[in-house]
Amino acid sequence: MAWFKKKEVTPKERKKGDALWSKCNVCNEITYKKELERNLNVCPKCSYHFPISAQKRLAIVLDEGSFRELDRGLTSVDPIHFRDTKRYSERLKEAQRRTGLKDAFVTGSGKVHDSPAMMGVFDFGFLGGSLGSVVGEKIARMVEKAVEERVGVIIFTSSGGARMQEGILSLMQMAKTSAALSLLKREKLPYISVLTDPTTGGATASFAMLGDVIVAEPGALIGFAGPRVIKETIKTNLPPGFQRAEYLLKHGMIDLIVERKQLKEILGQLLDLLYH
Amino acid sequence: MVRHYLDFERPLMEMEREYEELQRFAHRDDPRVLARIKKLQNRIAKVRKEIYSQLTPWQKTQLSRHIDRPHTLDYIHLVFEDFMELHGDRGFMDDPAMIGGLARLEGETVVVVGHQKGRDVKEMSYRNFGMPHPEGYRKALRIMQLGAGFRKPIITMIDTPGAYPGVGAEERGQAEAIAHNLREMATILTPIIGVVIGEGGSGGALAIGVGDRILMMENAIYSVISPEGCAAILWRDGAKGPLAAEALRLTASDLLKLGVIDEVIPEPLGGAHCDYQAAAAKLKEALLRHLEELRDVPEERLLPERYQKFRRMGAFMEE
Repeated sequence: MAWFKKKEVTPKERKKGDALWSKCNVCNEITYKKELERNLNVCPKCSYHFPISAQKRLAIVLDEGSFRELDRGLTSVDPIHFRDTKRYSERLKEAQRRTGLKDAFVTGSGKVHDSPAMMGVFDFGFLGGSLGSVVGEKIARMVEKAVEERVGVIIFTSSGGARMQEGILSLMQMAKTSAALSLLKREKLPYISVLTDPTTGGATASFAMLGDVIVAEPGALIGFAGPRVIKETIKTNLPPGFQRAEYLLKHGMIDLIVERKQLKEILGQLLDLLYH
Repeated sequence: MVRHYLDFERPLMEMEREYEELQRFAHRDDPRVLARIKKLQNRIAKVRKEIYSQLTPWQKTQLSRHIDRPHTLDYIHLVFEDFMELHGDRGFMDDPAMIGGLARLEGETVVVVGHQKGRDVKEMSYRNFGMPHPEGYRKALRIMQLGAGFRKPIITMIDTPGAYPGVGAEERGQAEAIAHNLREMATILTPIIGVVIGEGGSGGALAIGVGDRILMMENAIYSVISPEGCAAILWRDGAKGPLAAEALRLTASDLLKLGVIDEVIPEPLGGAHCDYQAAAAKLKEALLRHLEELRDVPEERLLPERYQKFRRMGAFMEE
């Protein structure tokens, strides 16, 4: 007979547990959530960089109180009345309720160690950070505003790619955002692209890979096609570390890998070096 | 030539086979045979019209990928003269899935680039099913910029399932190559006309699809993701392709309504593969007309107008 009985965990209690503890996607280490947050949502054991909300990202990178949000009222519509197992309009409402955001991308002006820049941040929690009309419009507007105000642009990407539910219009956001960035290049204003976990598909194949300087967080998955699709296509195993930030650095696709706790410092330095 | 039939073309298959056999083997002076041939002709024409006047998006998807459909090189030989193919990205290799070069269109030198698919097993594999590696996109851009340097108009032909998803392609920057083309094509100072001639598969198609005019053949498709890929993700069932094709709005008439393309080029009844000459003639007529219009656009307005064309795309509301 057992000395003690394993206590049954009710779903409610388990949920409460999830609210307090986080499990690392890479090393499975379980960390107290508050502790994880103190560590900027980086696993203390293997330093896996958890995806973070747009709000947290801004708090980590910007000088306190310097952020002024732009185009807050832009909201997605359902241009092709898309429906899979659920209506796109319902998916949108759900994502808005869950994240408190209107869409997957937040833009505004701000300062990093006193250097001004236009900032754009993806929130992966909103429909996988997918690139739809609102995201594309916000990127175009922030770039045009940067040209107007003669400042640089920083975009933090975490995106699964184009937003299928908007059909061809989502694909066209790739052309639209890339064309906008050509203005920045013409005006000789810097664009720093920060790739975070995960950055794939249409986002990678447009604005994300167009940075004058491309920075990535450690371990971030970065690619055009997803690893599963590639594996199915070539029917062999993928090389170790494939499509991770370190792999891309080795193959010459990105400039720098920067840990989250140093991100502000490095971005501030980069802006300063490029501005002056 | 052996004709390939799609599933929805089945009703035609029996009749057309019988028609051909009668033509070949029966005694033509037999009035009964003549009557039968005449009857078949009428019936075939009627059934054709029925089938092709109400194609579903999925049927158009199949048609856009039809193995007998004219590919970029077919159109090049029918529309242009003196095609001189150029090769290589000057970095790593020559990608046979993307072709490009110089040619003449009614006497005027133009640049042509396009995806190239194969028709038999050997050529399909050589052309990698029309799925370029990064070098294909870099070659295309190099040839376009070469043409722009000499103020030659550019015509691109889009026909790809998508950019190739492979290890080498990723290592050498598939995403970067596409992104780079999107940005640079927005700044090439010469008229650009893109034509979706078959399959417009996602970013791999768009990477040569930024221009002053985007045209589409009647039975071509252009989509953010293949219907099968979309179904696999959203319905968790790749076999739901027909449903996804419906939902994605990927036909030429849909794209015209959404303001993404400028014109639908009509195809002969039964699709471009039934009459290459007729399809190419329509394409040529449209190209000449649009080039004429673009010739009248002053140089300083060309790029701002191209920018605005794509800048306007999208649907949202503002509170």
